[in-house]
Amino acid sequence: MSAAAVFAPIQSRPPPMAVEGVWPWLRRNLFDGWRNTLATIVVLALLAYCLPPLFEWAVWNAVARPDNAACRAVGPIGACWGVVAEKYRLILFGRYPYSEQWRPLVACLLMIALIVASCYRPFWRRWLIGAWIAVLAAFFVLMYGDVFGLSVVETERWGGFPLTLMLSTLSIVMAFPLSILVALGRRSHMPFIRTICVVYVELIRGVPLISVLFMASFMFPLFMPHGMTIDVLIRILVGFTLFTAAYLAEVVRGGLQALPKGQIEAAQSLGLTYWQTTRKIVLPQALRLVVPAIMNTFIGAFKDTSLVTIVSMYDLTGALQLALGDSNWRKFFLEGQLFVAAVYFVCCFAMSRYSRWIERHLNVGTRRQ
Amino acid sequence: MQAQAPIIEFAKVNKWFGEFHVLRDIDLSVARGERIVICGPSGSGKSTLIRCINRLEEHQEGRLVVDGVELTDDLKAIEAIRRSVGMVFQQFNLFPHLTVLENLTLAPMWVGRMSQKDAEERALQQLTRVQIAEQAKKYPLQLSGGQQQRVAIARALCLTPKIMLFDEPTSALDPEMINEVLDVMTELAKQGITMLCVTHEMGFARSVADRVIFMDHGQIVEENSPAEFFSHPKSERTRDFLSKILAH
Ligand SMILES: Nc1ncnc2c1ncn2[C@@H]1O[C@H](COP(=O)(O)OP(=O)(O)OP(=O)(O)O)[C@@H](O)[C@H]1O
Ligand SMILES: [Mg+2]
Repeated sequence: MSAAAVFAPIQSRPPPMAVEGVWPWLRRNLFDGWRNTLATIVVLALLAYCLPPLFEWAVWNAVARPDNAACRAVGPIGACWGVVAEKYRLILFGRYPYSEQWRPLVACLLMIALIVASCYRPFWRRWLIGAWIAVLAAFFVLMYGDVFGLSVVETERWGGFPLTLMLSTLSIVMAFPLSILVALGRRSHMPFIRTICVVYVELIRGVPLISVLFMASFMFPLFMPHGMTIDVLIRILVGFTLFTAAYLAEVVRGGLQALPKGQIEAAQSLGLTYWQTTRKIVLPQALRLVVPAIMNTFIGAFKDTSLVTIVSMYDLTGALQLALGDSNWRKFFLEGQLFVAAVYFVCCFAMSRYSRWIERHLNVGTRRQ
Repeated sequence: MQAQAPIIEFAKVNKWFGEFHVLRDIDLSVARGERIVICGPSGSGKSTLIRCINRLEEHQEGRLVVDGVELTDDLKAIEAIRRSVGMVFQQFNLFPHLTVLENLTLAPMWVGRMSQKDAEERALQQLTRVQIAEQAKKYPLQLSGGQQQRVAIARALCLTPKIMLFDEPTSALDPEMINEVLDVMTELAKQGITMLCVTHEMGFARSVADRVIFMDHGQIVEENSPAEFFSHPKSERTRDFLSKILAH
């Protein structure tokens, strides 16, 4: 028989150092076994094949001056960024009067500043709502004019980036609370409310956005009392909001369903009312579960605003078509498209990065590391 | 002298989940300050019974009066009753997105309309009572199970309830942590609060309870003093149950 074992505590020590150089890293990540090595070589070969010609076209042989003759001379071997240099104001601001274009510029800068500020969590206070109202009012005053000696610019002349920004921001800002109400309504104990919410979501989801926009712009006026008109911009805005909210409501509902029932019971047992429970316990948890999906819907909504061209509004993509209407430059549509795509990409990529950041930020402390 | 009115009174209470008859003709009255332990096999309706008291479940037949107010669909009455009834759950159900302190101040501030300062003072008192004040700034998931359950007890106490309901408060805990929670509960029992506790901790029942209730198939099979309950159970069914849970 052995003697009773003595318990000897082992001192805690730091984990092994993760020192590693370039070569071990490459070996482990790119050349680990023949499959991995083969994949690495194929990818490198593809890059070697594609990148140099692309670089030649986009940079080396490209014409950056707004010089039509030079662009035509260089032919297909070089890009003509001149089209952007020549037309950028038309692309960015559409048919807004040329001499007044400082107004949409200032309006957009204000709006972007507000959006950036709203991303920062310590600013999520009551005054932020006031800031939104103020900035939106300033946006419309600047764009429309008619006060402070600003000339009137009718909404049909609004276009380009300000239109894209305004449509997407406003429809998202209005769709978000609406979608929360609809998602809550779908779980309501009152059959009437539940039915309305289900019908709304299913109807809107079952119809292409183009149809919704057509209806908003052409059918809606038929239902209005005679002589009463609502600006087409507002009708379109309502259409976008309803469409986005339907999708968003399903996303939010997913978050609500993922919340354990015990959370609501605990809140109820403390005497919290339905709305207190919803506001303090349910939504903060449900929404942070679905941040990526919410942002996905936002990004989709942002890009969907390009569909307003079908009801003769010239958002960023529509304004590009206007710019390419100039027969001298029509040939260089690809460069124009790339420019517009780049503007969209910058915005969407920013949203995507923000989504990842805020998700991590909101979960500080609430998950075990 | 006239006996004080019971603080909780069930009279022929019946409840169904769909077709399933989960509570059958429940008659039970609980005196102020009384400590009751409820036990019985799984699925016998223990949780449902105590959840009826703060209306997390609705009964369909019979009368249930809590602290002088009959439970009906009247939302205001329900909210008032919930303010005077604290509940502790098997799974703790702390709010993971709030710190321990925020978990405790939530109800005093929003239900009790206290200022943040007063609510925090109250919260710290309760945390001290369950001996966990130093964890106030942490988030629930950063605590051990036993600590979380003690926070949950403190949270329920923050509105100074007259009645405390416990639904198997120790069965999700590792054995090492069970005692720290039972100690807190025993301490609480000494202070004269009305307690209803679903538990299979028979040691706790023996030392703390005024009355033990045994349920099976949605019925109250037996109620008895702990001494009698364990030594001379009245019914065959109780004896059978006790032999199973006390066998080891
Ligand atoms: N929301 C519900 N819908 C339908 N049936 C339910 C619901 N809640 C509980 N039940 C059923 O009612 C019965 C009693 O449930 P209850 O939770 O009260 O039992 P219990 O005595 O607490 O059991 P346990 O010891 O397992 O917690 C069980 O058979 C359960 O399946
Ligand atoms: Mg139970």
